[in-house]
Amino acid sequence: MSFWLIQSLNSLALGGVLFTLAAGFSLIFGLMRIANLSHGAYFMLGAYVGLSVIEAGHSFFLAILAAAVAIGLLGCIVERIILRRLAGNSLSQVLATLGVAFVIADCSLWFWGGDPRPVSPPSFLAGGVQIMGLTFPLYRIALVIFSIFIALGLWVLLDKTKLGVMIRASVDDRQMAQGIGVPATKLFSIVFCLGAALAGIGGIAAAPILSVYPGLDADMLPIALVVVILGGLGSLLGAFIGSFLIGFIYSFGQALFPDLAYIILFLPMLIILAVRPRGLFGKISA
Amino acid sequence: MNRIATVIALLLLLVLPLLTGGTYYTNLASQILIAAIFAMSLNLLVGYAGLTSLGHAGYLGLAAYISSWLMVKLGWSHAGSAAMAIIATTMIAGIFGLIALRATGISFLMITLAFGQILWGLAYRWASVTGGDNGISGLTRPSPFGLDLGEANQFYYCSLVVFVLVWIAIAIFVRSPFGATIRGTKDQPRRMSALGFNVWLIRWITFTACGFFASIGGIMYVYYHQFISPHSLSLANSAEMLLMVIAGGAGTLMGPVIGAALVMLLKNVASQYVDHWVTLLGLVFIFIVMFIPGGIVAGFERIKNALSASK
Repeated sequence: MSFWLIQSLNSLALGGVLFTLAAGFSLIFGLMRIANLSHGAYFMLGAYVGLSVIEAGHSFFLAILAAAVAIGLLGCIVERIILRRLAGNSLSQVLATLGVAFVIADCSLWFWGGDPRPVSPPSFLAGGVQIMGLTFPLYRIALVIFSIFIALGLWVLLDKTKLGVMIRASVDDRQMAQGIGVPATKLFSIVFCLGAALAGIGGIAAAPILSVYPGLDADMLPIALVVVILGGLGSLLGAFIGSFLIGFIYSFGQALFPDLAYIILFLPMLIILAVRPRGLFGKISA
Repeated sequence: MNRIATVIALLLLLVLPLLTGGTYYTNLASQILIAAIFAMSLNLLVGYAGLTSLGHAGYLGLAAYISSWLMVKLGWSHAGSAAMAIIATTMIAGIFGLIALRATGISFLMITLAFGQILWGLAYRWASVTGGDNGISGLTRPSPFGLDLGEANQFYYCSLVVFVLVWIAIAIFVRSPFGATIRGTKDQPRRMSALGFNVWLIRWITFTACGFFASIGGIMYVYYHQFISPHSLSLANSAEMLLMVIAGGAGTLMGPVIGAALVMLLKNVASQYVDHWVTLLGLVFIFIVMFIPGGIVAGFERIKNALSASK
């Protein structure tokens, strides 16, 4: 019993982390029709930036803020300098983001070294709470709540604001939206910047449970792909459900079949592709 | 004109070991030929069928791991293990094709990337079979017809023979009527299916053929290094192969070969000065995509046409 409860919490925490990663990825895909292959690298870089801020003696909250701002800015620069010049050629854009991913990964290795770096959670979230005689790590509970707040924030942004209406209109029918005066180019910048910042936040928020290491980017990118293929490209609800589904599959897989956990992760993707290629909640056919 | 150039290039390749005067360059030439086999096979998908794959290193890994495992763990012969590895890899490519071809475009790219990562994950985590991070070593090079392939020059000539055979096979494949239908599915899939062609089947055959030719490269790769580890299956390696195709010129016969030579030379020269090949790979990738998207071969053709037009 205790095994199932503890693993369920771990699954939820991992799902929350995956959501911050996959939400941006999915939004960028929905709007710009490109798979941002540097998304895993933004996640890792966010964790490293946060780590450096914490090591400089600042608080965990400042680390999250710094990661969001730094990675958001980086995303903005990449979008302006590289992606915008390749507008209309989505394959070139995807390959360019892959190039960016390699540069970020290798430069991080250069700068932060090759050893895994642990990150400790903020002190007031370090302990555990006793529920029904079981100890649950407080940080993981906080992580779940944090990701739900992010999901709510994104939902309000997309559903209740004018910006969100424009984004949704562009996801559904870009030409029509542009025709009635939605500034597509500006939206691309905003969404790419927002997606990158979310990935950065996810990276530092996940650091206390995953730690930071070279190769974290290559570990996370395929998981993000699986989540969005499963949930449906361009759908926030799909990213949310897909993240927690994969969180559960991965955590339990790792606990029950450690050798094959990585393979089990991809099974739902294969099934979905065979049965429903557009994903659970996808509007865009794959 | 083209025929003369091909003969001259072949003659040059034949006497290359005499010109270089050192095993270092002969070995580099062998590596380029092997890389060219991967690039040419990937080009079938990327250049001719218009399906960009980011999991090509997976086939290298499959062929290399299967043949190593059969030889080292089960004691199979060279010929038997190589044949089995090629058959098994081609079959697995066929199965992957069934799933990956549910999609095209960016989604196809994401699925092939996921496949590549699955195989990487298998190689890395399934340690009881693959040896995990340590990989499989202890493999020897074969000695067909009394040749000693352990020697650099002889291995080079063996690679050259395999390379030329693959080149001829791919040339026949893409110039055949079937090759024309592949290009048709790339440019006008809807019209092709309106004309009664089975677009899906044409793509699937191309996908499987791509895996078959890549598995030959995988065998040569593992004979050259006599070692295979998960590192060879990394996303960076798949991206490197894709870069060879795109840099040289996708959809041309010579492009991937030139691209393979350039990328391998760059990698070897660069690694003498800096130990950050991956950063350079990323920068070259961005540069090529932004400024010479058609590849170097197309770039030359354009210059040649401009020159002949000005005469």
